Amino acid sequence: MNSPERLEFSYFPGCSVATTAAESNHSLMQACRILGLHLQELEDWNCCGSSSAYSVDPELGFNLSTRNLSLAPPDRPLLVMCPRCLHHLRHAHLDMQQDPRLRRAQERRWGRPISPDLEIMHFLEALVRFGLDRLQKGSVRGLNGLKFVPYYGCTLYRPPALHRQKYYQAEMENILTALGAKPVRGAFNNRCCGSFLSAVRPEAVTPLVNEIIGSAVSAGADCLVTSCAMCQLNLEVRCTAANKLPIFHFSEILALALGAQDYEGWFTRHLVDPRPLLEDRGLLGLPPPLPTVP
Amino acid sequence: MSPPQALSKTSEVAIVSEFDRHFASEVNRRSHTDLNRCYQCRTCGNGCPFVEAMDYPPYGVIRLVQYGMRQKALECATIWICVSCHTCSSQCPNAIDIAAIMDTLRSLALEERAAVATPDILAFHLEVLRSIERYGRTHKLGIMLRHKLLTGQWFKDVDVGLKMLAKRKLDLMPSRIKAIKEINRLFLPYWRV
Repeated sequence: MNSPERLEFSYFPGCSVATTAAESNHSLMQACRILGLHLQELEDWNCCGSSSAYSVDPELGFNLSTRNLSLAPPDRPLLVMCPRCLHHLRHAHLDMQQDPRLRRAQERRWGRPISPDLEIMHFLEALVRFGLDRLQKGSVRGLNGLKFVPYYGCTLYRPPALHRQKYYQAEMENILTALGAKPVRGAFNNRCCGSFLSAVRPEAVTPLVNEIIGSAVSAGADCLVTSCAMCQLNLEVRCTAANKLPIFHFSEILALALGAQDYEGWFTRHLVDPRPLLEDRGLLGLPPPLPTVP
Repeated sequence: MSPPQALSKTSEVAIVSEFDRHFASEVNRRSHTDLNRCYQCRTCGNGCPFVEAMDYPPYGVIRLVQYGMRQKALECATIWICVSCHTCSSQCPNAIDIAAIMDTLRSLALEERAAVATPDILAFHLEVLRSIERYGRTHKLGIMLRHKLLTGQWFKDVDVGLKMLAKRKLDLMPSRIKAIKEINRLFLPYWRV
């Protein structure tokens, strides 16, 4: 399928990653370029349905997801960045796998084939499966013991409808530890960030976010690293605690360790400026020259 | 924490003959889970991050369904507050997919035009759908502005909105898909497709 040099993926960014969290998108592109993972954005993708379509009209949500699946070329894995989009796309795909009638109905609807064998994976999974040796080669800067809380949020952590499928735990710790950062235990890694309630019921979300950040502070972390763009936003905008911590997208920390240089544009979009922390740890500026192997 | 108000209303009279005997099986069938396994251990209520914003805790809603108290279950705020974070389901000793039950109750509530306890949350969801219908993607600034217009709460949360604008997190123009007709079709009644 893929040559060992250049790995091809279709890429589904999702609305949040494409707009509010553009910094996550840019840093991901940088990281993938350095790692030799070639991402081809899914042509004319649409919203996966988000929480709202699934709350109000699950059938509409399902149809929105299947359109995206009908656009995906079958010969390469579909890489998804947003955990909620991943959940919806996978769920829809699983339903169609288990019920071919459903799949054929959707193929008629879109006038395009939908491959039952399409692989749908999160970026973390792609990295663990295809990128570990590349990571070793690409890493130009140790993370100098940056103490982070790996914050997965709720959706990557075992939604019951997919309980026989893969779920994610410890990937961020493993990868970032290999790059020289230190995971901190004892914080709320899987606590829900508030999702859409952050927009409509901020008063219910703020105490929750403060609890999450507070748990990270008392665990002695410098920052949180999250795999979800919406979590990143909610943790930043809804935190009213005096002691705020920078919240990184996983792709930002990864790209930084891989030596990406255009981080200014990402970090200025953060509400809690992470640059003082990174400066303090000597993680900004040009990476130090690699020790030459005799 | 004192028990949620709804559960302490002991003076209320429930007329057993008016209960819907088939409600539980209907909800089970639609949500692909088995709520009869629930033995009211209340773990879901202890884990739920939003239980304080709810009128019934998750186990309370399950109890309403088990008893067949259709109207109470469909008109409670809990089904709209739930964000499907699955904390309850992952802690449930009987592996009940509680979020799927909430999804089902929400759909039933809309189908049967039950009174919606949290009209602001429904209005938000409809705004998101409107954005998807128009652009194929969500346009956050448009959604928030229209939501404020409809709920009249212009000044709630202005500081956060301004901060997000200043950080260029809210795009002024929506990102649109090309084949918007394919999306529009999903929103048409079936007899016009």
